Amino acid sequence: MLYDSSPVAIAIFASFVLGVIGLSFWLGRKGQSAKGYYAAHGEIHWFVNGIAFAGDYLSAASFLGICGMIAFYGYDGFLYSIGFLAGWIVALFVIAEPIKALGKFTFADALDARFNSRGIKFAVAISTLIVSIFYLIPQMVGAGHLIVPLLGLPHAVGVILVGVAVTLIVVTAGMVSTTWVQFIKGSLLVFFCGILTIMILNRGLVLNAGRQGEEDLRPQVQTQTPDGRVLVNGEPQTTENDLRPVGTIHKLPERYGDARETGPLRPLQYLSTLEDSQVVTWSAKKHTDDKGVHTTFTPTIREGKDLLKPGGYFKGLSSGTLTDRLNFASLMLALFCGTASLPHILIRYYTVKDAAAARKSTVVGIAAIGGFYVLTLYLGLGAMTSGYLDPTSSNMAAPLLAKSFSETLFAVISAIAFTTVLGTVSGLIMAGSGAVAHDLIENCFGVTMNDHEKVRAGKISAVFLGVVAMALGILFKNFNVSFLVGWAFHIAASANLPALVMLLFWPRTTKQGITAAVTVGMVSSLGWILLSADTFEKVYGLPRGDSPIPFSQPGLVTIPLGFLVLILVSLVTPRQEPRQVVDA
Amino acid sequence: MGNNHQLKDQGSVRSRAIGMRLFLIYVLLYLGFMGIVLFWPDVLSWRPLGGVNLAIAYGMGLIASAFVLALIYMVACRGRSPDA
Repeated sequence: MLYDSSPVAIAIFASFVLGVIGLSFWLGRKGQSAKGYYAAHGEIHWFVNGIAFAGDYLSAASFLGICGMIAFYGYDGFLYSIGFLAGWIVALFVIAEPIKALGKFTFADALDARFNSRGIKFAVAISTLIVSIFYLIPQMVGAGHLIVPLLGLPHAVGVILVGVAVTLIVVTAGMVSTTWVQFIKGSLLVFFCGILTIMILNRGLVLNAGRQGEEDLRPQVQTQTPDGRVLVNGEPQTTENDLRPVGTIHKLPERYGDARETGPLRPLQYLSTLEDSQVVTWSAKKHTDDKGVHTTFTPTIREGKDLLKPGGYFKGLSSGTLTDRLNFASLMLALFCGTASLPHILIRYYTVKDAAAARKSTVVGIAAIGGFYVLTLYLGLGAMTSGYLDPTSSNMAAPLLAKSFSETLFAVISAIAFTTVLGTVSGLIMAGSGAVAHDLIENCFGVTMNDHEKVRAGKISAVFLGVVAMALGILFKNFNVSFLVGWAFHIAASANLPALVMLLFWPRTTKQGITAAVTVGMVSSLGWILLSADTFEKVYGLPRGDSPIPFSQPGLVTIPLGFLVLILVSLVTPRQEPRQVVDA
Repeated sequence: MGNNHQLKDQGSVRSRAIGMRLFLIYVLLYLGFMGIVLFWPDVLSWRPLGGVNLAIAYGMGLIASAFVLALIYMVACRGRSPDA
């Protein structure tokens, strides 16, 4: 679909970005130590850190991805919400307090706190970089996709804008500015999504929302010609000849008689009324001939009760085949185990003063993140029935939902969606910068630096990673990136969690065990993903059947493998007397 | 200083024990949900609560219980270590 650029959205977006960059320069004007750059001096208040957790964690995948998946497929997007939030229980009860006592600046510090091993530092630094890059790519690509309708500029401009803004934020004041950007973003995201949800409930369900007259159930066809033109239903795409927005209620429950709308609904009432309604959903099918690539969008009238249970996206749950079940179980395991293993989340624990603050900030994070994920169900279902969905882009579901209420709200939500990317990307760049400058250059390669030089190395690393992130965001523009975040969770859970858990709970853990677990977890999960049927089909363009891997999500195999390798290697290597760790 | 360190260690041990118990409760709830989704998906259409089906009720319940368990943990750990 074509979009008009919104001057209001541009103004709000520009105000926010300039505001946070200005805040960064103001915070960075004080002299910086390495502890200030990497860990905000350990002086962040637990409440601020808790909201910053939300700002760090709730990326484009959570806001745009989950809302879009629910809008297009129903309940299955909510399964991601449940899995993403469940991971915070692992963080709170298993990781939060112990990790605060270990380590100084980075995740590698924590794992190496008792051993002083170059092998651990190197393996964990590489693992941090790989996870961060896999997480970065969909954020940057998402930023580019948002900029196209918002500013009417090319995808690459959005990527460069977010890359430059984030690099400036991180380089000027490091973790201090990153924390406040994430705090502001987390607060705005939860607050405005709450407002949007109240508006959805107040509007209730409306027959053929967004339209005048009868609903239009004619299929639509978009064609990409070999010479790069776009046709809609056989004619050139213009603002007058464009794809129709979709997503409507076809029939309300019988108790509403001939009424065209339900009026305001209470939260549970909204869900039960939708369950008793019929909804028009749209599916896409592609075929290619000499005229180009044709995507046909076809409507299907579906019962609400079928949309509000699993199976819309994870079709294997309905079919009940073993490999489909294993695939799904593997994904949910990775989401459960992955959160507490993400380096850009773990480094936030170094910004608070002690273990109790780490615990309290995690509780605040769970409240904010959990509340947000409850809202995603209403946002997704509201988008599904708003009559404003773009059938070509599930990522635009949330901003377009806002547009169904007003242009101003569309502007605000679009700007917040963009800054959602800013918050997460700044955390990822911080984690990567620490991995390069502190773990690799200083600790692994043994380059001696004074405090000022450590900060400078961190900043140079941040610039380098910012450039890499921009390049990848442009390179992967047309890539199906919706599962890249899932990949990051698999790699993090397979490489990092076994080492972290066993270090904390099994005294027999050796440095060789940790190094081996991180390396094997990382290589096995990455290898599995690169050889999976999903990658064969969506990346290489090869038939799914050619893949040697039985199911696509590796966690069910590679997470236990990490534990097994650590135990076996630790048992055959000499027990080491751990260094005394002084509480941070 | 020595007593403070001892207290801190005892507090940490108790906090960890509480945390593990609450963690296991959540793991059981999560596994229960996954089990139903994988092996008895038809049960998820049952509407036990205010007209909302089990899929939504259980999913919302998991999110809410995460917060409740977290609060219980925070309250239970208060006063068990010098940091709290």
